Amino acid sequence: MKKTVSVSYFAILREERGLGSEQVSTEVATAGELYEELRGRHGFTLAAGRLRVAINDELEPWSSKLNDGDVLAFLPPIAGG
Amino acid sequence: MAFHLTHSAIDPDALMMGLRDLRAGACVTFEGRVRDQNGGKGVKSLDYESHETLARKEGDRILGEAREKFPILDAVCVHRTGSLSLGDIAVWIGVTAAHRGAAFEACRYIIDEAKDRVPIWKKEHYADGSTEWINCATRGPAAGETGAMGL
Repeated sequence: MKKTVSVSYFAILREERGLGSEQVSTEVATAGELYEELRGRHGFTLAAGRLRVAINDELEPWSSKLNDGDVLAFLPPIAGG
Repeated sequence: MAFHLTHSAIDPDALMMGLRDLRAGACVTFEGRVRDQNGGKGVKSLDYESHETLARKEGDRILGEAREKFPILDAVCVHRTGSLSLGDIAVWIGVTAAHRGAAFEACRYIIDEAKDRVPIWKKEHYADGSTEWINCATRGPAAGETGAMGL
């Protein structure tokens, strides 16, 4: 089923995408499938296994089902401090 | 207890004032500063960016854990975002306690956990003109390092 979600990119992903966030329409079911779809479209260098995904401001597993209107953030490996 | 992100320069004196407490026999502070070298390359400057909502949530959680694990009175952690120059303070932590042991241990706990768990990213600008997002390499030894997963 087609749904529209909001996607935010950070750090290296933001630069590779060329923007910080966008609305994405997709037919895929899970967060992991969406990342693979977007990785294929935009050529992201990082594999999903090196990232975490937040859905509606909570860290969630890649197998999480997507719902229309979800807010996703793809988080590269962190490096604070 | 407070975790903050700030886009402007960190002011240690002001933060110290906020930790004044006559019950505190110890105040341990840690400053993480921008260093001029990393992995043998000369560093010119750094950029930090964060996922603000998640960073505040995780930062607050870490401070709460520190209070549960150690008998401390107060703890503050401030992390910079934006563009930083050499010598700038990237992260500042202050912990007060009745006795020094708890203050040292809690301070160490907070910085170690923050580096592992708070969603903040660092881009280094090198003297040779190149740049790199730290921990985001897809080739070479950095790509295979365990612990680079973060969070």
